[in-house]
Amino acid sequence: MRLVALFLLLAGWIIALTAVALMEGAGQRTAFALAGLAVQLIGLGLLVRAHMPLHGDRQ
Amino acid sequence: MTPEAALGGAALFFCLGAIFLIPCAAAGLAILNAGLGRSRNAAHAMLSALCVLGIAAVAYCVVGFSLQGLPGHDAHQVVVNGKTWSWAGAEPLLMRSVNFEISDASAGSLTALYGVFVAGLAALIPLGSGADRWRLGAGCISAALLAGVVFPLFSHWAWAGGFLQQLGVNYGLGHGFLDASGSGAVQAVGGLGALAIAWILGPRRGKYTADHMPVAIPGHNAVFVLFGCLLAWMGWLGMNSAGALLHGAAFVRAPLVVINTTLCAMCASLAAAALTRSRFGKPDASLCANGWVAGLAASSACCASVRPALAMLIGLAAGVIMIFAVEWLEFRLSIDDPGGAVSVHALGGIWGILSVGIFSGVAGQWLAQVIGIISLVGFVLPLLYGLNWLLDRVYPQRVTPQGERQGLDLHELGAGAYPEFMSHNDDLWQR
Repeated sequence: MRLVALFLLLAGWIIALTAVALMEGAGQRTAFALAGLAVQLIGLGLLVRAHMPLHGDRQ
Repeated sequence: MTPEAALGGAALFFCLGAIFLIPCAAAGLAILNAGLGRSRNAAHAMLSALCVLGIAAVAYCVVGFSLQGLPGHDAHQVVVNGKTWSWAGAEPLLMRSVNFEISDASAGSLTALYGVFVAGLAALIPLGSGADRWRLGAGCISAALLAGVVFPLFSHWAWAGGFLQQLGVNYGLGHGFLDASGSGAVQAVGGLGALAIAWILGPRRGKYTADHMPVAIPGHNAVFVLFGCLLAWMGWLGMNSAGALLHGAAFVRAPLVVINTTLCAMCASLAAAALTRSRFGKPDASLCANGWVAGLAASSACCASVRPALAMLIGLAAGVIMIFAVEWLEFRLSIDDPGGAVSVHALGGIWGILSVGIFSGVAGQWLAQVIGIISLVGFVLPLLYGLNWLLDRVYPQRVTPQGERQGLDLHELGAGAYPEFMSHNDDLWQR
């Protein structure tokens, strides 16, 4: 799960950079950059879940 | 004309004096982190800070500066759709290209000096989240990776003509990514390093009960914590002034930078005091201190570009964000961050970056700032997490349970910080 989460963080970044580099209109750029951010939020959520302790894990 | 060449005589010497104040910020953070930790780890916390500063300075000098580079100098570039994207500096190792004669023609030496100090400051931030359980050796190696690789790469993008700084010229996104004195390059990079460390080390023993409820482990010295804030304020005045001048602000803006830095910190601390007073009945000293530093972290991006009224607003918001973030991380996400480094530096820094975009009034500026934040989350966090995870596999970063119970002072250093005081039993340790 951690690897997938890190991959999503990276993927969101690449989506945003690609949007800036390849899109012409401000609206398109904004939409794709926000889409990249959304992908990153999913990745962050997964990363958080991957580090949540299982019940009774802690001393 | 590059910003480094634009500095004239008086500005150069003002900048040099301001840079000399930056170690106060490091001293402030070190003593603040020591105060927020347990008494049996106090000497270890201070020694870790000294070692991390030393290692970070060496790593930055040997490798980091060459990756960071200077504006207008050679850099590693790729061409995408006809536009040049500069992704890393291409200076020789060991700062061999820097002319150490301070003159009007070259302020490269000041950029190098500034980099040595702020790389150390960025590397110091994760000590807050790893407090009470991070081995000294592991902390030093992790600091070398942060100051030698991660910080220089992002600072090239933001300060030395990298692709983030060029977003304005290449794609019309405002003035490009703006981060005058390091809300992103220093605070957020350090804060995200702190998040990676908190995850990799896991929570302190006894921090959470079996049903996931956090147990309060108060800092051992509130005076250290609050005095650390005052020291950090002095350091930030120097860091923000020097950073703003080195990264393109006019010399006449120096008073504005100082006023904004101060207002941001004070309003953030007041917001924290008011909020904790209204929620808990009394203002909380450690949260007010963290609010102060969160305001400082947020001020670094916007100090040269907003009016004082907006700086107060940004500071107030930084204080509120920090309070809720501390609670959220501890209760909801089970992230044990004794020094509050993630809430203060990562979120405070990111809020500072975003505030420049919100309040600049320039078309496209907010998108440039958002792209900067996406780069922090999408590149810096995975890189720091991956490097520290690899390090943990080779050289376990967390101290043994026995060492954690005994205290890092005795376990790793062989002597406590307060040898004449009787140490008490650890009531938080669950047998």
